[in-house]
Amino acid sequence: MSRSLLSISDLGETGLRRLLSIADHMAEVNRRPNPKVPALRGKTVCNLFFEDSTRTRLSFETAAKRLSADTMNFAVSQSSLNKGESLRDTVETIAAMGVDAFVIRHGSSGAPWQLGAWTNASVINAGDGWHAHPTQALLDMYTVRTTLNRLEGFDGLSVAMVGDIKHSRVARSTTEAFKMLGADVTWVAPRTLLPPSHREHVVSNLDEVLDDIDIVYLLRMQKERMNEALVPNLREYTTRFGLTPERAARLGDHVLVMHPGPMNRGVEMAVDPSELRGSVINQQVTNGINVRMAVLFDLLGSGSENSLAGSAEV
Amino acid sequence: MKPTTSKLLITKGRLIDAGGERSADVRIANGVVVEVGVGLLSGDGEQVVDAAGMVVCPGFVDLHVHLREPGREEAETIETGSRGAALGGFTAIVAMPNTDPTQDSVGVVEFVRQQGERAGLCEVLPSGSITIGRRGETLTPFAELAAAGVRLFTDDGNGVQDPQLMRRAYEYASDLGITMAQHCEVERLTEGAVMHEGSCCSHLGLPGWPSLAEELMVHRDIELVRLTGAPAHFLHLSTAGSVELVRKAKADGLAVTAEATPHHISLTDELLTSYSALYKVTPPLRTMDDIIAIREGLRDGTIDAIATDHAPHVSESKELPLDQAPPGMLGLETALGVSIAHLDMPLVDIVAALSWKPAEIAGVADRHGRPIEVGEPANLTVFDPAEQWEVVPGQLASKSRNTPFVGVPLTGRVKHTVFNGEVVVLDGVAQK
Repeated sequence: MSRSLLSISDLGETGLRRLLSIADHMAEVNRRPNPKVPALRGKTVCNLFFEDSTRTRLSFETAAKRLSADTMNFAVSQSSLNKGESLRDTVETIAAMGVDAFVIRHGSSGAPWQLGAWTNASVINAGDGWHAHPTQALLDMYTVRTTLNRLEGFDGLSVAMVGDIKHSRVARSTTEAFKMLGADVTWVAPRTLLPPSHREHVVSNLDEVLDDIDIVYLLRMQKERMNEALVPNLREYTTRFGLTPERAARLGDHVLVMHPGPMNRGVEMAVDPSELRGSVINQQVTNGINVRMAVLFDLLGSGSENSLAGSAEV
Repeated sequence: MKPTTSKLLITKGRLIDAGGERSADVRIANGVVVEVGVGLLSGDGEQVVDAAGMVVCPGFVDLHVHLREPGREEAETIETGSRGAALGGFTAIVAMPNTDPTQDSVGVVEFVRQQGERAGLCEVLPSGSITIGRRGETLTPFAELAAAGVRLFTDDGNGVQDPQLMRRAYEYASDLGITMAQHCEVERLTEGAVMHEGSCCSHLGLPGWPSLAEELMVHRDIELVRLTGAPAHFLHLSTAGSVELVRKAKADGLAVTAEATPHHISLTDELLTSYSALYKVTPPLRTMDDIIAIREGLRDGTIDAIATDHAPHVSESKELPLDQAPPGMLGLETALGVSIAHLDMPLVDIVAALSWKPAEIAGVADRHGRPIEVGEPANLTVFDPAEQWEVVPGQLASKSRNTPFVGVPLTGRVKHTVFNGEVVVLDGVAQK
């Protein structure tokens, strides 16, 4: 079976470091006037998105095209899943058309693992349920690595991850990757938004950690959580866990502010991010292309960086 | 049901029944045991079954089987389920009422019983639902169904959420000689849940099913038994806390009984790391601490019976993402092998939990789980207590393939099953 990227733990520290270093080469490609190389010419990448995500899908599609791979897009609304076709039949049908990699986004935790049992193509997890989002973790690591110039690792860095940890695949994957590279991660959330059995490296007071951190990572607070009585209302959430102007003013000059997007302005992000000195939110998006190119190249490429030389026809 | 007229001699077996153990031959004619003794000689036209090295015991009784007929015959029928039961050594099985239509009327209950008689592989005992359509709103006509022979009532698949309705159910049932069997799950605590709530679900990003959801209802129903005096049976206990609650209730002298499934004494929630829906079940697989407590509950008699919660599902449905796949596992053909492999208790106690104790709860102790003595109905199981084996899904009699026990070493295998004096399983092969 082909290699796949399902989770940060499957990838391991060696794999994580390898992908970050490949991403450096991709960043170099992306700085060229014609940011397109023939490395994956003849390869076909299928984006299987069972959940809306324009941003992640565009990022993967751009990454594939800059490596000259062909792309197919399968969105559930246009699909025959609405006609009762099973996930397995859908995947086997598309695989029969000749696909080298599936990029899958699914609302159910574990769906990429199931898919992996039914296809010989590589499977790239673009987010499954509450579980994992490994390319988000990669772009976060790449952003910190390049911004702080920490090529060797993140020893001594202190990260506060704030908000709805329980329902967040980003929180799980990015925390795992930060720890793998040596950073300390503290989860900042009320008990209702934490995984049920998690008790360590947890605080429920953002102000308590604000003076001691190097990175503040804000998670998106979804409005539907209000209906589940997980927090009383958004105003109270912002008061306790939002990045307000007062808290932003307390942040040290060196502190990075990160967010996986899309932001809820006025909720977790209660300041204008363009006025934040340490915001690297736009770099995160840019780096998304670099790391997704690295993933595709690592899984489907020849293994030789020579194929990144020269440019493809536009 | 008419007993068969054929004659049968089971030789050299190790007999285990409620009276203890002994070695003897057993002669059966016209559906009853006619002779028990050492060195019996076979007569003319008598079928001889060699049981040397094997246990001969009263047939097993499964309090908890989903036969899917009527309504979902693509997953199982009463015939295929009965065949699996016979192969598992069961001579009586209680059919859960979550069929379509629900077993909430005499007509449906009679249909299920008659389909069981047509298959003729074991006695199929229809249960009735507690509420019409299992909707938790209106009581099923208990007395009508009791007159039709129904002894256990349950909304299994769901617990009865409304405490007032459940109080009425116990009160109304209290003088009818029937038993309420509760599926303990407070549904507001399990919305969307696919696995045990613990460290494993946190890591896998799957919504958790807290132990509390079961224990709250076990507690509620114990108190309702205390209040009303009606008996209760607790289905598929899965948590250490539930075992402790039932232990205390029994110590208080309350009329409660309980069952546990083979999968809750053998498999943990960590199997879900595979994201395979084969391991999705209600209540969910729990932790090793819970497994140890359930085993202890069986050992000290807090839990009376081993019941399979045999729940067939077509393969397509088990290929759905975990949150969409239906819960449930096959269990009939593997129950004995899992029980012997995972329970460190005397064989006679394991057989008790599979046979005469559930026979009592099911209200069939007049014909199942009987001592092996002259004049008793010939519902018997012959098994090799030491055979090591592994289950092969494609070889199961069930129409479905969703066994979670592939690759799990099993100890003890049923060889022959005698139902109403007829050999329905011989050398591990169903005879019809």
